[in-house]
Amino acid sequence: MVTGIANAYLDSSPLVAITGNVACEAIGKDSFQEVDITGVTMPITKHNFIVKDVSRLADILRDAFAIARRGRPGPVLVDIPKDIQQADCYYEPKKAAPVTRSNNNGKEAFAEAVKLISQCERPYIYTGGGTVGSNASQELLALAEKIDSPIGSSMMGLSAVSHDNPRFLGMTGMHGKYAASQVMGRADLLIAIGTRFSDRATGNKLAFIEGKKVIHIDIDPSEIGKNIPAFVSLIGDVKAVLKKLVAELPAGNRKAWHQEVESFKNCPDNRLEMPKDSLNPETVIQAVNRRAPKDTVVCTDVGQHQMWTAQYYHFAKPRSFITSGGLGTMGFGMGAAMGACIGNSKKKTVLFTSDGSFHMNMNEMATAVSNQLPLVIVLLNNNTLGMVRQWQTLFFDKRYSHTSLERRTDYVKLAEAFGAKGLRVTKLEQLDKAVKDAFAAKGPVLIEAVIDQDAKVLPMIPPGGTIKDIIVKA
Amino acid sequence: MNPDEFILAMLVNNEAGVLTRVSGLFARRVFNIDSLSVGVTDDPRISRITITARGDDYVKTQLVRQLEKLHDVKIVEVMPTTSTVMRELVLIKLNIAQKSRAGLMEAVAVFRAKVVDLTNDSVTLEITGERSKCNAFVEYLRPFGIAELCRTGLTAMSRGRKTLKMNAKPAQHT
Repeated sequence: MVTGIANAYLDSSPLVAITGNVACEAIGKDSFQEVDITGVTMPITKHNFIVKDVSRLADILRDAFAIARRGRPGPVLVDIPKDIQQADCYYEPKKAAPVTRSNNNGKEAFAEAVKLISQCERPYIYTGGGTVGSNASQELLALAEKIDSPIGSSMMGLSAVSHDNPRFLGMTGMHGKYAASQVMGRADLLIAIGTRFSDRATGNKLAFIEGKKVIHIDIDPSEIGKNIPAFVSLIGDVKAVLKKLVAELPAGNRKAWHQEVESFKNCPDNRLEMPKDSLNPETVIQAVNRRAPKDTVVCTDVGQHQMWTAQYYHFAKPRSFITSGGLGTMGFGMGAAMGACIGNSKKKTVLFTSDGSFHMNMNEMATAVSNQLPLVIVLLNNNTLGMVRQWQTLFFDKRYSHTSLERRTDYVKLAEAFGAKGLRVTKLEQLDKAVKDAFAAKGPVLIEAVIDQDAKVLPMIPPGGTIKDIIVKA
Repeated sequence: MNPDEFILAMLVNNEAGVLTRVSGLFARRVFNIDSLSVGVTDDPRISRITITARGDDYVKTQLVRQLEKLHDVKIVEVMPTTSTVMRELVLIKLNIAQKSRAGLMEAVAVFRAKVVDLTNDSVTLEITGERSKCNAFVEYLRPFGIAELCRTGLTAMSRGRKTLKMNAKPAQHT
């Protein structure tokens, strides 16, 4: 549970965790099954509570939900001792507090931003999870149209823009698209929206901001200047800020910049495709992409398959991509897919996972089966902890250590043992039928797709590196 | 005060664990606390914490913004050193016999310190003041042999009518 809370904290997901504890009088005595969970979770929650008086319980729970959702969302934990759980009190129904996401920018900040944008030659909109969280896709596109700017995205922001939009260059950062990173490097103005410039997104921070000014839009004031200095900052709900900004901006037309962007888009390094005639990560992800309705929620675990999904899947609707960004929690996927499925009226939900990640929480298959959740679980099996292997290949002289686990897990039998359907795909010819069957089934289906152990996630900018260090060939 | 030193004053909920939340934030964001003093205010629901820390403008800004996000922190302010009254209290015990105390009482008078306990073989002194004065006094006493020393850490208040007000934080801070 602590890992899940930390995951929500780093990805700004609203979450209320309710834990049970020993009775109040037993707290602090190392009693049986006592854990100081508020102490443990203090650094990974927005706030936490221990309820020591049952008459405060209802208000604390209301507060917990309000805190989790307001401002920059995040996790809140409420610890309820056993005697409080069993105590009686008078319950008074009250309305939930409204969720406030106001902005507090003066006229000067907007004027400065408008001035910077009007004066720049090569703007670049860099969007993150905050745009998705604020439901600001429309405003984002309006901004891009008005100032004639390309858009790149952090991994957490990927679903904010339809991937077929010509302005969209894809993901930036360590495994970002070639054009998205190159164009970002060439820009003279970066309009960063709802993103915190994590080290995975920026690489070398000094080189990252060389020759460019930054306008930073975020709901959390502490993000301004934390990782990357901002020239102008607009603090507030992304949607509200963008609406106002778009209204105040004059329309721009940047033909020369446009042409430069197009040349990067058409560069061969921007089209690092895998062979169309073999079973590989790209063909598997595209087969699912072709079959899945546009509003399908796609979840991932963590590792190579996650990056491949981020690179190759064409997300069409906001919030259709659920993944573990900040914490990189292997094992996140199974629970995320089940939660997304239930939260989305039990619609067909896709999980891309891998042998490494799936092994972390596969016991949750039991729950998926009990609830007959219509999950399409696509397990890319390279029989290795592929991302770590990739690093060991590229940066550690192929000194492979504890990445090839020599597991003999039979995923088809495993799925069947849980009461789910299992399908194994070893050849491209079997793929489409398996995907079709999985989408036609009622309950959870696991497709194991066997891929090459040395398939790599490319391009790759090495950690702490710059766009000049980009690796496009293995 | 050192040029990179600054004083943070904050009002917080007077509840269990609040000090842990504040000091824990310093630890996990790798900021150092030089001194910390805390006590309840005239309103029993609210405590006031005064922290001295060191760092450049980046550290200062980050600290304030991160502290403002804590649910229990009502307001944080960097106290401008030019318009702030700062005080610290120091207790110093010297285990020395009567015959070795020559010059001690003179220093107590000059520094406006106080003798708060006296026995045949010990003296306990109290001094209140700005940190530089306290430091000077401690340095003067060092040759006598300091047996024990406790400092409260700096506490601070604005000059004039200005007060640290608990105006509601903007909602996005929490």
